[in-house]
Amino acid sequence: MSAILEVEGVRVRYRVKPALRALLEGGSEAFIDAVAGVSLTIGEGETFGLVGESGSGKTTLARSIMGLLRPREGSIRFRGRELVGIGPRALKAFRREVGAMFQDPVGSLSPRLTVRSLLSEPFRIHGLRERDLQGEVRRLLRMVGLSDEFASRYPHQLSGGQARRIGVARALALGPKLVIADEPTAGLDVSVQGEVLNLLHRLQQELGISILAISHNLNVVRHITDRLGVMYLGRLVEQGPTDAIFEEPRHPYTLALLSANPHPDPDAVADRLELSGEIPSPMERPSGCEFHPRCPFVQARCRESHPGIEGMERGHAFRCFYPVGG
Amino acid sequence: MRRGAKGAVLEVRALSVEFSTARGPLKALRNVDLDVPAGSVVGVVGESGSGKSTLAGAVMRLLAENTRITAGEVRFEGRDLLRASNAEMRAIRGERISMVFQDPMTSLNPVLSIGTQMVDIQYRRDRSREEKNARAVEMLRRVGIPDAERRMAHYPHQFSGGMRQRVAIAMALETEPALLIADEPTTALDATLEVQIIHRLKDLQRSEGCAILFISHHLGVIAELCDYVVVMYGGEVVERGTVRDIFHRPGHPYTEKLLECDPARIADRSRDLPTIPGDVPDLVALPRGCVFAPRCAKAVDVCGRDAPPDVWLEEGHEAKCHLAAKAGGGAASGFEGGAASGAGPRAGAGAASGTAAESGAGEGAGAGTRTASGGAPA
Repeated sequence: MSAILEVEGVRVRYRVKPALRALLEGGSEAFIDAVAGVSLTIGEGETFGLVGESGSGKTTLARSIMGLLRPREGSIRFRGRELVGIGPRALKAFRREVGAMFQDPVGSLSPRLTVRSLLSEPFRIHGLRERDLQGEVRRLLRMVGLSDEFASRYPHQLSGGQARRIGVARALALGPKLVIADEPTAGLDVSVQGEVLNLLHRLQQELGISILAISHNLNVVRHITDRLGVMYLGRLVEQGPTDAIFEEPRHPYTLALLSANPHPDPDAVADRLELSGEIPSPMERPSGCEFHPRCPFVQARCRESHPGIEGMERGHAFRCFYPVGG
Repeated sequence: MRRGAKGAVLEVRALSVEFSTARGPLKALRNVDLDVPAGSVVGVVGESGSGKSTLAGAVMRLLAENTRITAGEVRFEGRDLLRASNAEMRAIRGERISMVFQDPMTSLNPVLSIGTQMVDIQYRRDRSREEKNARAVEMLRRVGIPDAERRMAHYPHQFSGGMRQRVAIAMALETEPALLIADEPTTALDATLEVQIIHRLKDLQRSEGCAILFISHHLGVIAELCDYVVVMYGGEVVERGTVRDIFHRPGHPYTEKLLECDPARIADRSRDLPTIPGDVPDLVALPRGCVFAPRCAKAVDVCGRDAPPDVWLEEGHEAKCHLAAKAGGGAASGFEGGAASGAGPRAGAGAASGTAAESGAGEGAGAGTRTASGGAPA
């Protein structure tokens, strides 16, 4: 399996204090690292899932891969070509090959454009006016299982599931090789969620695309991804094949995340690793292992030094001195 | 949740609510019955547009201007809230019934400190400033806010999402209400915080003894927290029962499908996930017969023709479905006497013996409307 996307040591930094104020006040940090050195590889035709709680840096990482944010450090290679630091023209060419689905199915569509305009916009942006736009719109609608009459509708006339289908069609309009789906099912009812995920899967099979799926819904991720990365405070604390991570999580945070998932069965025995506290602010990164203040298995060493990447057998890696299980 | 059970803090009877829209009246709730027994947690589960939040809004009488309550009663502590004056409602809201909303950022005032807000909500109490402060700190501690005294001076934006929701819960419980309505209180929170909040709610419910009406679309949370469950679809209650009835022996095809669709219940990894084909019903132009029939894989002729009865399946468990009736469920016993139907907690005994007198008053009306409603939504 050859890699379509290789992310290496990416760090994305946000300024949290204006430069002048930082200079005058000195002392505290003027920046936070929302993504603090992430490496991952996505194979051809593979679905890679990114999970983690709000503020863990999932969306920031995705936006830097799409070229919407410039990483401060690291390298992002798409089919062997470096993306970090490329010019606007090359970036535009790259964006023809990567499709994006953003959070909020209805909110990510312009309320003032019809479905027809929304679906032909990617062609116009990329100067593909010579194509039969009407035909393309019909093709895309059919691809996502909607009838032609949807072309004249506005986003507010769509249900959540229909809007999501339009989002899928837009992402796939130019025949990308990689689709980045940020929370593809957030805000959808369970009865509709399956529909969208099945559609994505069918199209992935037909078109041979790779998918980077970001979600906080572990139940969804388990079914749709081949490999999984768990983010905490801007770092991947564990990654590996989805089955391996669900069956044998090694990082305590992954274990807590998995066990926090309430099971829809009143008699389920909740053998739960409950975490106290919340994800700390990246402005005040804890010393040593950044998970230590919340970790139930914390030891002295965890407070002092930062664990590197351990494991790596069968592609299952984690950052922890005292991994669970195994 | 036995209907008409003694000891129910909240009894909703044959409640129907309409919104006037440009296309005509939108029938958001039709003939909804619901009981919340004292000290229990009742979950209302359903997808968007099923009427869950409208139900909560109707109980609190906090609905938009274009709302019309066309029928029914909301009995709380012996009176019908739908007929209470505005002044009476103000005395009840926050005092006897409190509410926790989905988004703690918008339900707290961003320009007042948490302490100020915690003290303000005690305006009805004859307490000194110091006592109110002490009580506020005490409540914040009880919901697990560390360093509560210092946190009193902080503003909502200085709290994280999980902490804000705890503050909202602390406020809701400060007055020791008889009923807490929680409308998707954990939807905006991450998984590890969701669990914290649910446990906190459960502990508080035990220690403070209030009843909770818990609205959610998250089946896992409902299974973990609730004693009784009401399943709503298209503005109707389609099934009710104990949490085990609903999750282990669903009697309505919609409940079955809903459970089936939850990826958390699918043990083996699958790329082909189940769905419910079709769309939610248009509540302005309702389908004839059963609201779920157009999407129901098991529908037969009668489903598209007549509105289904409430079928008694077992003590406290009923489903609004023709097929359940055919399968020989307790054959629409719900229509007689009202009190015989409905989900019974321990109320089982209490209600069976004690309802006769009690039911004379309100139940008759409840049962009557329900019978009449057989064909109403058509």
